[in-house]
Amino acid sequence: MSQQSMIRADAEPASHHHPDPKRVGDRVFSGLATGSGVLILVILALVAAFLLIQGTPALLADPAKLTAQGYGPFAEWVAPYVFGTLWAAALALFLAVPVSIGIALFISHYAPRRLAQPLGYVIDLLAAVPSVVFGLWGAAVLAPAVQPMWAWLNANLGFIPLFGGQASGTGRTILTAAIVLATMVLPIITSLCREVFLQAPKLHEEAALALGATHWEMIKMAVLPFARPGIIAAVMLGLGRALGETMAVAMVLSGGRQISFQLLTSENPNTIAATIAQNFPEAFGLKVNQLIAAGLVLFVITLAVNTIARWIVARRAQYSGAN
Amino acid sequence: MSKRIEVTDLNVYYGDFRAVEDVTMAIEPKAITAFIGPSGCGKSTFLRTLNRMHEVVPGARVEGEVLLDGENLYGPGVDPVRVRRQVGMVFQRPNPFPTMSIKENVLAGINLNNRRMPASEKDALAERALRGANLWDEVKNRLDAPGSGLSGGQQQRLCIARAIAMEPQVLLMDEPCSALDPISTLAIEDLMAKLKEEYTIVIVTHNMQQAARISDVTAFFNIAGTGSPGRLIESGPTEKIFSVPDVKATEDYISGRFG
Amino acid sequence: MTTVSQALAPGELTSGRLPAFVLPTTIVGAAVVGYALAVLLAGGNLAVAVIVGYVLFLVVMEIAARVVEGARQASDHRARHLIVGAFALALVPLASVAWEAVSKGAARFDPLFFSVSMRNVIGAGGGALHAIYGTLWVTGFATLISVPIGLMTAIYLAEYGNRGRLAASITFFVDVMTGIPSIVAGLFAYALMTLIVGPGAKFGFSGSVALSVLMIPVVVRSCEELLRLVPNELREASYALGVPKWRTIVRVVIPTAISGIVSGVILAIARVIGETAPLLIAAGFAASINNDPFSGPMTTLPVFVYDQYAHPGIDVQPYWDRAWAGALTLILIVMLLNLAGRLIARRFAPKIGR
Repeated sequence: MSQQSMIRADAEPASHHHPDPKRVGDRVFSGLATGSGVLILVILALVAAFLLIQGTPALLADPAKLTAQGYGPFAEWVAPYVFGTLWAAALALFLAVPVSIGIALFISHYAPRRLAQPLGYVIDLLAAVPSVVFGLWGAAVLAPAVQPMWAWLNANLGFIPLFGGQASGTGRTILTAAIVLATMVLPIITSLCREVFLQAPKLHEEAALALGATHWEMIKMAVLPFARPGIIAAVMLGLGRALGETMAVAMVLSGGRQISFQLLTSENPNTIAATIAQNFPEAFGLKVNQLIAAGLVLFVITLAVNTIARWIVARRAQYSGAN
Repeated sequence: MSKRIEVTDLNVYYGDFRAVEDVTMAIEPKAITAFIGPSGCGKSTFLRTLNRMHEVVPGARVEGEVLLDGENLYGPGVDPVRVRRQVGMVFQRPNPFPTMSIKENVLAGINLNNRRMPASEKDALAERALRGANLWDEVKNRLDAPGSGLSGGQQQRLCIARAIAMEPQVLLMDEPCSALDPISTLAIEDLMAKLKEEYTIVIVTHNMQQAARISDVTAFFNIAGTGSPGRLIESGPTEKIFSVPDVKATEDYISGRFG
Repeated sequence: MTTVSQALAPGELTSGRLPAFVLPTTIVGAAVVGYALAVLLAGGNLAVAVIVGYVLFLVVMEIAARVVEGARQASDHRARHLIVGAFALALVPLASVAWEAVSKGAARFDPLFFSVSMRNVIGAGGGALHAIYGTLWVTGFATLISVPIGLMTAIYLAEYGNRGRLAASITFFVDVMTGIPSIVAGLFAYALMTLIVGPGAKFGFSGSVALSVLMIPVVVRSCEELLRLVPNELREASYALGVPKWRTIVRVVIPTAISGIVSGVILAIARVIGETAPLLIAAGFAASINNDPFSGPMTTLPVFVYDQYAHPGIDVQPYWDRAWAGALTLILIVMLLNLAGRLIARRFAPKIGR
């Protein structure tokens, strides 16, 4: 108590001098943090609002006026592109999902432990390659390389409707574009699946092995069921990416406005994103509005896919025995 | 540099759940007061109300009074940040700041509060605090090495040095030895015996021998069952609590019949 | 092999095993046959050889394993071979992209490429200097916008949100933002600038706004995760020293997580620096150097690559050479950024120690 005199000025009982216990610094800082969070909500609202503002003229305009000054009546114009977007993404997933799950299993359960991380990096490298490079590669390297194979498929298996039609002479078909898209979504699906596979409970795996299961039977019994919601989420995420990918399709696909399931012809449905990218630089007036409206349609589609994905994950998470 | 604490009718809530009920007690200056009791009896929660650290948990609130030499810590307009500068705290697991050197850790309270002080004074303060924590001789040649490179016991003494560098009135210790080996524990106990010359010390411990060895006053907390609030059963001079306690539950706990 | 199994026999623990030589023999055999068939049927096409060889390998191994080891072991082998095959398949595009970029990009990966723009260039010559300046401006402004907003939002979510309703909705909408197609971000920036400065405006800063829409959610996600990794004990230690909350965050929490935050920001930059579509919409094309991000079109490296490839002159080759040189530059930048991000995360991480 004798040292009381030594107490520093600001250690004195402060309550009488500071009626407000909330400090200015704290208020400013927490205000900034909260403001940033709210700003993100505002930005997203603005994205939706501006697309609507700029897109509605095309949605409301007289079809005759759209035919004269735009690309034609909106619904009729956009329908093939919606089809192309969904079809290309579906093909890409069809190709990418089995391969991705295989790679993820290879890294998590087949490769030696020490190699698992470097191999993961190798696949992540694929995700780092910019889409314009994939587009360039797909158009200048992949398309000419696969063209003879597509011609062969068309000649020998042409009786299957998917492979029918007149084979493309350039190889720039929707199947080629789907391969490029698949390459781009593959690392996304792989890295998520890998994470889930690694989280599979060791106890269950050992229980399966102790019952005399082979390595593969153990994976079927203990790993895949555990990972199912994660795999679904990964696939949906990949789907979202494939739907919105622009450059790979814009550079590889020679797209038009046909609604066609044929994989090997030069008459392919274009995607929404690629159509916007190809036409926007030269567009003016109502055409701009029409392209923005198409962007709105794409936004709604990807939003729906992502929402469904989250809903599935949330629902599954409640039932899965994780943890 | 030590003050008396008086607690009157203190209740602690987490949301709607009452964690501690109706505690009334006095904590004497220049002495060690030990809180003992089974897990979940609210002794740590109560300790954290003595420097308003419980408020870090969202939804925690307090009813009642805690007087620090007559001034209510929960009075209107009291700034918890200023309370904590006078009531220091040492935690269960040593938690030196990993980005700071040993010296920076000791001076963290000064630096983080942006208090201006000439470098020579800072050096002197760091040495005084480290000597006070019985750590000076072990680290004087590597003051600029990272604090996380020390052993567990040294880290805990570093944390004590960090707390006393703020020159607090009271030092709260929440199971400071539970993560340490017996030799480090002994070093901390020696240190506490020395620190009580200058500070009011309150320690929560699960180790009955430790309470018996070092404390002057012991307070026993208990709960009736899960979900019911913790209560102060009795408190008194350590010798009395450990030999002839007033309450049967205290005797049962101390003799190892439960908890 | 047979002597060993005889030594272990006649117990119940042994079963038929494929001898060790079967696997390599089958690989070599299938490769040879596959190549021969490819030469006979497809003029020696390497892809055909690999596909035919792989299928042949799977069939032979399946039969051999079924005969010697039984159906269960055979399916175990099949799964293993398919999974290894999947991994090898993924390496094909990676190796091909790397090889083509280097071999085709080398032609114009020269000093001239990095020292002049495309101003008044028709045909051969020219370079990407304007695109490199453009990339620096556009990505730089995008970083300046995204990092403060993203970091402060992450701080709100990790330190102030308390998992309340606002925090939950911010988290939800950050998720939604992650899913915005990049071209839609470009349309947003264009629509926004149309309202502010009138229709048809294309300039660098507009591109930065578009990239920010893509970058902010990435920054928020990685920073929030890192802030949550900082042990609560450090915050408590700081509070117990009488340090106010905001200064605890600025002086204790952020420094503890700083290497991860820096690396997260670098990886976010690496992700948006290769974006093409939004800049095509928002920033447009330019052939000359433009160092004013607030007026006139500004070309970035990815847009340069696209432009050179998609709009070549009569002699295509010099344009495509420039496209590949640009692609190679872009790959190198992205790889360097990725490497730097990972190194920083690993090297400078403070030892939290538990």
